[in-house]
Amino acid sequence: MLTKQRGPGGPAPSRYGNEETPVHVHGFLTEKLSLNLDKSVTTSATCGSSVTYGTSAPSESAVGEPGGCEGRRGLPRSLGWPPCSMTQSVVVQVGQCGNQIGCCFWDLALREHAAVNQKGIYDEAISSFFRNVDTRVVGDGGSISKGKICSLKARAVLIDMEEGVVNEILQGPLRDVFDTKQLITDISGSGNNWAVGHRVFGNLYQEQILEKLRKSAEHCDCLQCFFIIHSMGGGTGSGLGTFLLKVLEDEFPEVYRLVTSVYPSGEDDVITSPYNSILAMKELNEHADCVLPIDNQSLFDIISKIDLMVNSGKLGTTIKPKSLVTSSAGASKKRQEKPFDAMNNIVANLLLNLTSSARFEGSLNMDLNEISMNLVPFPQLHYLVSSLTPLYTLADVNIPPRRLDQMFSDAFSKHHQLIQADPKHNLYLACALMVRGNVQISDLRRNIERLKPSLQFVSWNQEGWKTSLCSVPPVGHSYSLLALANNTCVKPTFVELRERFMRLYKKKAHLHHYLQIEGMEESCFTEAVSSLSALIQEYNQLDATKSMPVEDLPRLSIAV
Amino acid sequence: MSIVTLQLGQCGNQIGFEVFDALFSDSHCPQRLCSKRENEAYQASCKERFFSEEENGVPIARAVLVDMEPKVINQTLLKAAQSGRWKYGQHSGFCQKQGSGNNWAYGYSVHGPRHEEPILNLIQKEAEKCDSLSGFFIIMSMAGGTGSGLGAFVTQNLQDQYSSSLKMNQIIWPYGTGEVIVQNYNSILTLSHLYRSSDALLVHENDAVHKICAKLMNIKHISFSDINQVLAHQLGSVFQPTYSAEGSFHYRRNPLGDLMENLVPHPEFKMLGVRNIPQMSENSLAYSTFTWAGLLKHLRQMLISNAKMEEGIDWQVRPPLSGLPTLGKTSLNKELHFNTSIANLLILRGKDVHSADLGGFKDPALYTSWLAPDNAFNVWKTQRAFSKYEKSAALVSNSQFLVKPLDVIVGKAWNMFASKAYIHQYTKFGIEEEDFLDSFTLLEQVVASYRNL
Repeated sequence: MLTKQRGPGGPAPSRYGNEETPVHVHGFLTEKLSLNLDKSVTTSATCGSSVTYGTSAPSESAVGEPGGCEGRRGLPRSLGWPPCSMTQSVVVQVGQCGNQIGCCFWDLALREHAAVNQKGIYDEAISSFFRNVDTRVVGDGGSISKGKICSLKARAVLIDMEEGVVNEILQGPLRDVFDTKQLITDISGSGNNWAVGHRVFGNLYQEQILEKLRKSAEHCDCLQCFFIIHSMGGGTGSGLGTFLLKVLEDEFPEVYRLVTSVYPSGEDDVITSPYNSILAMKELNEHADCVLPIDNQSLFDIISKIDLMVNSGKLGTTIKPKSLVTSSAGASKKRQEKPFDAMNNIVANLLLNLTSSARFEGSLNMDLNEISMNLVPFPQLHYLVSSLTPLYTLADVNIPPRRLDQMFSDAFSKHHQLIQADPKHNLYLACALMVRGNVQISDLRRNIERLKPSLQFVSWNQEGWKTSLCSVPPVGHSYSLLALANNTCVKPTFVELRERFMRLYKKKAHLHHYLQIEGMEESCFTEAVSSLSALIQEYNQLDATKSMPVEDLPRLSIAV
Repeated sequence: MSIVTLQLGQCGNQIGFEVFDALFSDSHCPQRLCSKRENEAYQASCKERFFSEEENGVPIARAVLVDMEPKVINQTLLKAAQSGRWKYGQHSGFCQKQGSGNNWAYGYSVHGPRHEEPILNLIQKEAEKCDSLSGFFIIMSMAGGTGSGLGAFVTQNLQDQYSSSLKMNQIIWPYGTGEVIVQNYNSILTLSHLYRSSDALLVHENDAVHKICAKLMNIKHISFSDINQVLAHQLGSVFQPTYSAEGSFHYRRNPLGDLMENLVPHPEFKMLGVRNIPQMSENSLAYSTFTWAGLLKHLRQMLISNAKMEEGIDWQVRPPLSGLPTLGKTSLNKELHFNTSIANLLILRGKDVHSADLGGFKDPALYTSWLAPDNAFNVWKTQRAFSKYEKSAALVSNSQFLVKPLDVIVGKAWNMFASKAYIHQYTKFGIEEEDFLDSFTLLEQVVASYRNL
């Protein structure tokens, strides 16, 4: 097995935030937000400690300190101290596809928080993705860490080597959400050429990229994760997007790099997409912590199915108007949006649900660092197949438990996966179920017991389930389920990619476009393809164990 | 004497809240079945153990709350404060922003050393509030990263700093089918470290408590809240005050010390379990009456057949005839699935408690041969009823009950270890393969020792 150590074990690495990150001693809580379900969600404010960033020792709490808590004894009503925040994440959207998906994501995130946080107070859940800024302040200051929401700015960096998409975003309804200082754009585009994106623009914009990333990290109290969104088949998202990964790894080694990659479908109209994808895969293999592969065909199939359900006019089959799943404008049936909007929304929902347990409370929390810990048994095998249910809700309000069980069954069906994959008929290395809404541990366990017999798990991880329960459901649904599977069913996608690559490469088709870029040689291609082959080989080895009987290994024998 | 409770991680904090709530509710329960004076003594004793006084009369739990991410502690503090009946101290919580990622190595090697000072300071402050410290009660789970890893680290530290105080770790055994994929690794690392530094490990299995909720309490959609409440009830029935000696009406002063003395005669055998009877939903309670004879008969059979609740007990299991040579007895035990005990502590609460006949528990066939049954079996009583139960009995035992679950966890962890899966996540933070091997060795030893009783 290929195992790549991620650096020596040893003295404690520091998470982002310096070594002097001081103690936060908790006092009482001050906020109660009402959910759409009328449950109380609490945020925290620490009173009772007058520690501020930069000092190393907690000093004694002093009442009446300037800007401090009022009424520390008993239940304080005012906010004083900046909330002991949760972690933050920064989204880096690269290229046309990355930015379009990113845009959908920000739209959904805003609406989710608006639905949950009805008092307009800037709380920790929001702070995980947004900054609160006083727009009257010029320059860099103006970050407000508490109190009413003034102006929300997305923790995002937008990168594109063409201006079209980013300009559209900046003229659209979300223009105020993005900080104009967090954009990197060029005019000429990458010409669907990974080498242009990676080497030419990489070199050209390295400093700027570093600067923007550092800035966004500085705005975070405790940065936990970078979400990178891009496509594999083009030039910018693929090339520059993966160039970024190396930069992030060097500059922020302890911050997770979670990559959402849109893989080209069979009928992709970019001829060189296999080249771009394979070259990008090598970078993903080496520098990403976790990759969520998506492909357009699957998204398209899902949307078609939804359309079918809606247009079939079955009794009671209407999409709830507030459901964020299919449309950004809230309109249920009209396809007035651009063709990819519905598909992008699915991916955006994926990202929202992925982070829900880290943002909102629940009886069994799952933080982002737990994803990698539980789902990546070997460093190379970090590709996770995702599936999302429900994709639409019926008009029923009182959904009996049978529907809940249906949700679980759907998550394992190949029609709900976000790439063309069939996890049920392949081998599971690990599986995570992230549930949102009013679902209890017994429901979860019942469904795992029910579905387990039809799934095959690798011999050393027969009960490889990671579960989480988040109390806050997504808007418009009573509950939802996101399943992340580390399963050998990703292999066919990679094998097919390699085949398409080889068809082109054997004829040296379009190769000169790449080789004329400085630093590119044929060895880049051969290395990339052998990196992919090694990965495929690992999956093959695992698949070979599929039908072998599970035997217990001999244990250590102890002299009694 | 007082007990300082340490609530670690999500599980520890969620359970800790329910425990204090159960203790408080019972302490102020209207149905007492004893004299007013006695009830006041009971309340005072409970208070001394678990709560300290606050100016406006709201008791403060003697607890330190630790978690590496803020959400759970915030909720716990708020829930307690909102109840208006008791609360946590204003400065009794410590948390960080980013959790331990279900990584034992991260909890133990990174969070532990980094936050050692502030955490121990908090503990010290709480300990200083006690007139007399009996010891520490540490609530943690084995499956995650903070409770397990940081819990192991803190327990080790307490051993150094408070060598004369006792430490009991309340460990939550995860569900057999995953809550966390690496739970078996985290579990074996936790158990092996705690075995060296803790004085006793009181184990509760999620699977067992879940069944109690389903079968006895008749809860349809079981939530963690339900599970934690059942757990808290069991712990309350162990830790609430009892008379210090036969016939006396003074309450026991040193619960932890007495527990250890009775139940942990040898450092190689530290695993304790609790069984509680009766346990049922409030609706059913109204229609049930109990006799001590009935309760004790069931409890005894639960012990010897290793049942965790009073339904579905296997009545076929009988103690082997005494007089057999020890080797014969061991193999017979294995065949009959008979659960041999090292020591048992029976705690009886309620009406006519002095009339209960305890002969069944004094049978030497229940025990190993090293201790005379008089030493192996102890009973604590109080006339004061617990919670809403006119009569209730709890059995804390040091027996073979965990051999099978422990064996299963070690086996699964071993299979995973052999393929080296997930090991890189641990070596990243300084836990090497040798540490794993050490843990395996120690636990195989524990399994073998218990099996050969």
